Amino acid sequence: MEYEPVIGLEIHAQLLTDAKIFCGCSTKFGATPNTHTCPVCLGMPGVLPVLNKKVVEFMMKMALATHCRINRECNFARKNYFYPDLPKGYQISQYASPPAEHGWIEMEINGGKKRIGITRIHMEEDAGKLLHDEHNPVSHVDLNRTGVPLIEIVSEPDIRGAEEAAAYLRRLHEILVYLEICDGNMEEGSFRCDANVSLRPRGTETFGTRTELKNMNSFRNVQRALEYEIKRQAYVLDAGGAVVQETRLWDDTAGVTHSMRSKEEAHDYRYFPDPDLVPVVIDDAWIETVLNTLLELPLEKRDRFVREYRIPSYDAGVLTASRALADYYEEVVRLSGQPKIAGNWVMGDVLRFLNEDKKGIRDCPIAPAALAEMIRLIQDGTISGKMAKEVSEEMYRTGKAPGAIIKEKGLVQITDEGALAGTISEIMGKNPAQVAQYRAGKEKVFGFFVGQVMKATQGKANPRVINDLLKKMLAG
Amino acid sequence: MTELYGLTIHELQDKLRAKETTSAEITASVFKRIDAVEKEVHAYITLMRESAIEEAARADEAILRGEMKALTGIPIALKDIFCTRGVRTTCGSRILHNFIPPYDGTVVEKLRAAGAVFTGKTNMDEFAMGSSTETSFFGVTRNPWDLTRIPGGSSGGSAAAVAADECIASFGSDTGGSIRQPAALCGVVGLKPTYGRVSRYGLIAFASSLDQIGPFTKDVEDCAILMNVIAGYDPRESTSVPEDVPDYRAFLGRGIEGWRVGIPKEYFIDGIDPEVEAAIREAIRVVERAGASCKEVSLPHTDYCVAAYYIVAPAEASSNLARYDGVRYGYRSEDNRDLLDMYKKTRSAGFGEEVKRRIMIGTYALSSGYYDAYYRKASQVRALIKQDFEQVFKDCDCILTPTSPTPAFKVGEKTDDPMQMYLSDIFTISANLAGIPGISVPCGYTKSGLPIGVQFLAGHFQEGRLIQFASAYEKHAKIEKRRPTL
Amino acid sequence: MEKISRDEVVYVANLARLSLDREVVVKFTAQLNDILLYMDKLNEVDTTGVEPMSHAIARKNAFRTDTVAPSLPVEASLANAPDARGSCFEVPRVIE
Repeated sequence: MEYEPVIGLEIHAQLLTDAKIFCGCSTKFGATPNTHTCPVCLGMPGVLPVLNKKVVEFMMKMALATHCRINRECNFARKNYFYPDLPKGYQISQYASPPAEHGWIEMEINGGKKRIGITRIHMEEDAGKLLHDEHNPVSHVDLNRTGVPLIEIVSEPDIRGAEEAAAYLRRLHEILVYLEICDGNMEEGSFRCDANVSLRPRGTETFGTRTELKNMNSFRNVQRALEYEIKRQAYVLDAGGAVVQETRLWDDTAGVTHSMRSKEEAHDYRYFPDPDLVPVVIDDAWIETVLNTLLELPLEKRDRFVREYRIPSYDAGVLTASRALADYYEEVVRLSGQPKIAGNWVMGDVLRFLNEDKKGIRDCPIAPAALAEMIRLIQDGTISGKMAKEVSEEMYRTGKAPGAIIKEKGLVQITDEGALAGTISEIMGKNPAQVAQYRAGKEKVFGFFVGQVMKATQGKANPRVINDLLKKMLAG
Repeated sequence: MTELYGLTIHELQDKLRAKETTSAEITASVFKRIDAVEKEVHAYITLMRESAIEEAARADEAILRGEMKALTGIPIALKDIFCTRGVRTTCGSRILHNFIPPYDGTVVEKLRAAGAVFTGKTNMDEFAMGSSTETSFFGVTRNPWDLTRIPGGSSGGSAAAVAADECIASFGSDTGGSIRQPAALCGVVGLKPTYGRVSRYGLIAFASSLDQIGPFTKDVEDCAILMNVIAGYDPRESTSVPEDVPDYRAFLGRGIEGWRVGIPKEYFIDGIDPEVEAAIREAIRVVERAGASCKEVSLPHTDYCVAAYYIVAPAEASSNLARYDGVRYGYRSEDNRDLLDMYKKTRSAGFGEEVKRRIMIGTYALSSGYYDAYYRKASQVRALIKQDFEQVFKDCDCILTPTSPTPAFKVGEKTDDPMQMYLSDIFTISANLAGIPGISVPCGYTKSGLPIGVQFLAGHFQEGRLIQFASAYEKHAKIEKRRPTL
Repeated sequence: MEKISRDEVVYVANLARLSLDREVVVKFTAQLNDILLYMDKLNEVDTTGVEPMSHAIARKNAFRTDTVAPSLPVEASLANAPDARGSCFEVPRVIE
C-alpha cells in the first residue's frame, strides 16, 4: 500500500529581547541557576505580569514576514497544569484569540518552490528547567528560563515528507535569524520543534490518526525521527493494525520513537482568559511601522542578487548567508561597480580570513570601501591579481588602506611598456635557443619567457602587458 | 479623656502638629490596648511591635524636622494578605505559615512612604475565602461588640482591630464584600474602590478580576485621608487604570441637596433581619432630610449575582492557588514518595476545607465540557449585572442598600452549610462583579447592641461622590459613637 | 438530580492535586451538588449575544519597555525554599 505522509510542525522560538516577557529579568542564556529571577517570574504570592512591548513587535515581524493576517485584538489565556518548572501552576499563553493566522512561507525543495501554510503564530512564556539527579531520587529546578518570551508557529499539515519538513524548518529558521528576532540555536533550546505526523493512502483526502513527536534537538534529528515514524506507521497499517493517537519521544541514540508511558492523564488545561492581562490591540498604524522595519528576506535577496548582479545562484546563496554579509557585499559592489569580482573576493579571501579567526563579518577589519578600492586598483592595472592577494592579507592584518600598503611594500605593478620591452630584449638576448624553439613552433616555451620576465621584475610586471609584448617581440 | 488609641487619624494629626503628643506615645498607647484586649479579640496573626517602635521614633524625628507626610506616625494594621518585605505573610493559611516575602506590595510601599507605622498583620479567612474569619489556620477572630460572634470576613481581623482600637485604621481586601461586610458588622467605615483604582501588586490574589484593596476607618474623613495615599496608577499592574486621583478630602463636608438616590427593590428581600431593615429605612429618611431624594430602582439581575460570583471567583482562585505547591516557598509535606505525592500531600494538608471546596468548584467550572455552561455563562451574566448598574446610574447619583442581611452571627452558626454562608454576601457581591466602588458606614445598632451598616454604591471612579455622600450621611445621621466594652 | 458524581469529584480533586479522604469525598460530593444545583439558576438568564465580561474596566495595551531590571539576589530567591541544592530548588523525583 502506498502511503502519503501528512506532517505539521510546531516551532517554539525564543525571542531575542533583553528582558523577559512579563518582568524585567534578563533573558541571557547560561547564567548560574536562579540568578535571573524575581518575584514575578518565580510565581510568588501577590505578583502580576506586565507585557514586554518588544515581544509583540517581534511577533508582528514574524507574522508579516510569513504573510499572516494580524488580528486587530488578541488576548492571553492561562494554560493550567502542575510541573516544577512552571512556578505559577499555569503558563500564560494565547489560545482562543491568536494574534496572527493564515500565513504561508515558500521554500525550495527538489529544484522548485513549495508553499507551506502557517495556521497561527502566538506569544507565550517559556518554562524553567528541570534537571534530574542521577544518583538521588530528586530533581533540581532552575527558573532562569521561566518567562523568556516565545512565539509558537504552527504550520498547516501541508508537509509531505521528512525532507520537506527539514526544508521547512530551515526556511523558518532562516527567516527568524534574518529578522534578528531569534538566534535559532537548537542545541541551546532557542529554536524547538515538535511534529505531528499521520499517514493516509495515497490519493485519499481523509486524515489518518496522528502521533505527536517530541525531543528532536536538531534538523537532522527531525528528519530522522520523521523518517522512522513514517516507516513505523506504515508497518503498523500494513499489518492491519491502527495507529494509536499518542505522544512519542525520539530516541536519538537508538534511532527510534518511544511511546510516552501515560504518566499524564489526558491533559485538561482548563484554558480561560487571563484576568491579570488586558487585550492587545494592534492597529494599522502599528502594523505599518513594523512593516517598514522589515527588510528583504533571504530568498528574495538571493533572487535579486542573481538578477541584478548576474552572479550564479550558488554565489548568491553564500553572500546572503547573513544580512550583515549581504550588506557588506552590496556596499563593496556599490563602491567598485564590479559585482562578480567583488563576489569572488568576499567569498574567497575575506571569508577565509574570517573563518580562520572564527570572526564574523561584523568584525572584519577590511572596510567595504577598502576592498572596493583594491578592486579598482586591480582593474586599472596598478597591481596584479597576484599582488592583490598579498595586499588583501595585509589589509586584513592591519586594517590599513590598500594605497598605503602598496606604497609601503613598493608593490606597484610595472606597466611601462618601454621598460618592459627593454627587459624582454635582454632576456631574449640571453636565451637565443629558447627564442629559436618558440619561433619553430614550440609554444610551451612561452611560459619560460613569462617566468623569466617575472623573475627579472620580482613579480611586479603586469601580466597582460608582458603577454602582449612577448607575443609581439617573440614573433620577430 | 479619650485615650490616644481611641482617636481618629485626623484628630491625632492635629495633636501631632500641635506637638501635644508624639508618635511614640500614640504607638505605645495602641500597643497597650493590644496587650489588654488582643487575647479576647484575636485580631492579629503577627504583631510588629519592635519595628513599630522604631518607625514611631523615626516619625517623631521627621515631625521635629517639619516633615509631616500624610500618615507620619500613625499606627496602621494590614490584613495578612499584603506582602510585606521581611515580615511573615500567611494569608491566613498553613500553606504560607512561614512565608517571608522579599518585597513590599505597592500599597505597602505607598503607606511606608507616607510615614505610616505598621502595628502588625491581621487575621483573615484563609486566602480571603469566607465571610466570618472562621477559616483562618491561625484561629477565629471575635467581634469586639460580642465575643461570641464573628466580626465578618474575610477581613475580620482588620475590621475588629479598628473597632477595638487595636490600631487607628487598617487595610483589607474586598472580593465579594470582604471589607464592607466586616465593616458593617464591626461598626466601622469600610470602602471598596473601583476595580483598577488601587494597585493589586503585592496583594495575594484570590479572584484577580474582583479583588480590590481598601481602608477600614473610624470615620469618613479618615477614609478620605487613606484613599488619597493608596489610589493611583501602578505600571506593575496591567489592570491598573491611569485615571487621575482627585483630593478625596475635598469631597468631605459638601452637601447632598438634590442628589438622586436609588433604592433597589431587589435588595429588600425576605431574609433581611427586621432590625437591619428598620435601620436602613431610617437611613433613607436621614438622607432625605439631608436634601436628597430617594426613589425605587431596579437591578433586575440581582438574583443571579451569588451564582455568577461563586463560579467566577472560585474559577480564578483555583488557578491563582495552583502556585502553592511546596516547590519554592511555604509549607511542604514530609516523607514524599515522589513529586505527585508531594503535590497532593502538601496541598491537602496546607489548605483548609473552605479553600479546597472552592478550588474544587473552580476547577470543575473550568474543566473541559463545563467551561461554556459555567464559567462562560457566568461571565455573560456578569456583563448584564454591570449593565444594570450603568442603567441605574444614568439617573441616580448613588445607590443605597443594606450592607449585610443580618448583624453579626454567632461563631459556628453558618459553618456547616456553605450555601448559607455564601448567601450572606448577597448585597456586596454585585459591586465586585460590576467593578464599581462601594462604602459601608455605621447606621445604627440592634437592640442587643450589635452594629448595623448601610452601603452606598456609585459608578466607576466615583469614590469622591461616595465620600461626599457618606460624609453628609454621617453628619446628618449623628449615629451614637459607642465603644465595645472589652 | 445529581450534578456531580463521586467519581467526578475524585477526578477533579486529582486535577487540582488534592487528595481527599473518603468521608471528605462524600461530604464534598453532597455540598458540591447543592452548590452546582444553585448555579443552575443562571440558565434562567437569556444571554444570547452577550459578550462574556473578563474585565470590569476597558483598558488595552498595558506594556512595559524591553529594559532589564535587577533580578533578586539568588539567596533571596531561595530564601523560602523548603529544599534547595546549590542555587537550585530541590524537589522529589518526577516519575516519568
